[in-house]
Amino acid sequence: MTLGTMRYAPRRRLTLSLMVVAATVALASWSGAGSAKSLAGGCVSPAGAKGPGVGASTIGFIYVGSTSDFGYNEAAHAGAMALKQACPNLKILEEDSIPETSDMVTAAQQEMGEGAKIIFSTSYGYKDYAVTLAKENPNDVYLQQGNFITPPVPKNANTYFGNVYETVYMGGIAAGEATKTDKLGFVAAFPIPQTLLNIDAFELGAESVNPKVKTYVVFTGSWCDPGKQAAAAASLLQEGADVLSQHQDCTGTVIKAAEAAHAYTVGYHYDAESLAPKGWLTGSDWSWGPLYTAMVKSILDGKFSGGMFDTNYSLGYAGGSGIPSPMVLAPFGPSVAASTKAKIAAVKAKILGGWSPFTGPIYNQAGKLEIPAGKAATAAQLAALSYLVKNVVGTLPG
Amino acid sequence: MLGTILGSNTLLVTVLAGAVAGGTSILYAALGEVIAERSGVINVGTEGTMLVGCLAAFVVDVETGHAWLGVLAAAFAGAGLAAVHAFMVVYRGASQLATGLALLFLALGITSLYGENYVSSNITGFLSYKVPLLGSIPVLGPMLFDHDPLVYVSYGLAPATWWFLFRSRWGLLIRTAGERPEALRAYGISPASVRSAAVMLGGAFAGVGGAQLSTALTLTWSEDMTAGRGFIAVALVIFAGWNPLRAVVGAYLFGGAIQLGAVLQVHGYQINQFVLDALPYVLTLAVLAVLERRQNQFAPEALGQNL
Repeated sequence: MTLGTMRYAPRRRLTLSLMVVAATVALASWSGAGSAKSLAGGCVSPAGAKGPGVGASTIGFIYVGSTSDFGYNEAAHAGAMALKQACPNLKILEEDSIPETSDMVTAAQQEMGEGAKIIFSTSYGYKDYAVTLAKENPNDVYLQQGNFITPPVPKNANTYFGNVYETVYMGGIAAGEATKTDKLGFVAAFPIPQTLLNIDAFELGAESVNPKVKTYVVFTGSWCDPGKQAAAAASLLQEGADVLSQHQDCTGTVIKAAEAAHAYTVGYHYDAESLAPKGWLTGSDWSWGPLYTAMVKSILDGKFSGGMFDTNYSLGYAGGSGIPSPMVLAPFGPSVAASTKAKIAAVKAKILGGWSPFTGPIYNQAGKLEIPAGKAATAAQLAALSYLVKNVVGTLPG
Repeated sequence: MLGTILGSNTLLVTVLAGAVAGGTSILYAALGEVIAERSGVINVGTEGTMLVGCLAAFVVDVETGHAWLGVLAAAFAGAGLAAVHAFMVVYRGASQLATGLALLFLALGITSLYGENYVSSNITGFLSYKVPLLGSIPVLGPMLFDHDPLVYVSYGLAPATWWFLFRSRWGLLIRTAGERPEALRAYGISPASVRSAAVMLGGAFAGVGGAQLSTALTLTWSEDMTAGRGFIAVALVIFAGWNPLRAVVGAYLFGGAIQLGAVLQVHGYQINQFVLDALPYVLTLAVLAVLERRQNQFAPEALGQNL
């Protein structure tokens, strides 16, 4: 349907968060000159720092959707606001509903025109434009949320993301413990690696506590078509699935359908417990603030180029330099047993210790060994994952 | 594969029940469009009319807690948007296609803007109600009698629309406006008024279809959630030969195609979802290609012609 693309029709609003108070604070810190570094919460470059983005006082954010979508884009916006809170002297510029086209370049240039020297491009499809911008503007820094830059990664750019599959795996444990029919349902959109990772992690987590469990998958071919989601949920429930999860941009329909059928829900993208007070188990949620702040501080300190963030950076529970994972597990619902919570806590501790949910032996649907026993999948393997694991029922479209 | 589907009771039942539940929003819109087109006015902006209905019903349900008030609001919102269409094409002589499309984009923008704050809202909405006795009949029970109230209303609305168009005086006036508007004028009745009323009534129907989508089938609001159902409704009117009863069959056929995709996947059939997604539209094209010549004789003679 051609209308599907209209979601991203050029409906551009410039949401300039011009905070006068912030400007005043920035001015105050400026006049403080030598004592700038000691200013509480101030994020300024130390004297003598060199490198792209050093001295930046304005940060630009670009979002693909609405910042009040109660999902992915709202989470990124919340991260920007957390950065603002951590660094009140910085000016934050935001532009939302920017399509993954050269419109992104226009948006970035607009923000750079307003003084931004650091640009967060928060959608998967912005990557190529961000890399081009990085090459053209060596003194500015471009931070790309998700995706993968084929090395060499420019000195003034990176990609960053969170290991979503870690929390999805933990949600899978809750699902595997809760199910009585040993059937889980998963409503997916498209068979991209990130989605397949989530489906596989969900099944692997459930299987780790319940070897009989199977995950049934329906691809809707759309990030948000509630009517199709309703059809998918109905089919899964009819088949006997009593826990539903999903990888969709709008998540309410599937959750409400599960609740109406007295089934359980494992959420995605945001804590939606209010939609399913009875059946809510847990879910994956984003918390970008600490990572955004850490990256900006490393840029201001002149330590970005060649530093830990200057790469295809993916942060999981094991973390790096004390930065917490951008993925958090949403609060548990009322039906989750204490023993289940303990199992999840134990796995979280294991992951904190460096263990990966994608540690072999892992077989695909056809029974072929994909990851040998005792070996963990590499980041590159995960970024290109293209199979469903054994005990997932469903076929990849196309 | 066909044998497995028909042989298995649950498969068949899930598809049939899903066809009715998923087809109902399309059915409302198609019935409304039959009325409008019978009066001589095409509204290709039906997609937008449904969309304002989706949002109006959802917002009123959130704010008041009354789902039926939401339906009323959806009917008014749909009629309101259709009134703009009527004004433009009936009184200003604007192109029906251009105006319909412009209104669709207007509706997309307006609903995205005002709906933003309601994306995360929670409603009770309409829940399924299993009709005693009838709901327990094998196959037919779950197919027809275990649905939300707006589905049951649509069962009455299709024959009522047929009666209204073909047996009532009002229906005669509407059909005359679509066949021979000058005859209506000679009769002393303004074809412009009749057309406007028909278009607005059609808009109200489409609005209620939107309400079924947001407050009964999905219990959510999200941007552009009609995802092409309004266009299917417009195509369906031709498919149905401008007959409200045949629109029922068509609407359920489209609802069934969507449900079939999900059901086949759950049962692990090697099926390409993108092909399934294209099925309703392929079907529309096929029907248009095969039937158009024959269907033309059913088309209101002054359809698409401004007064």
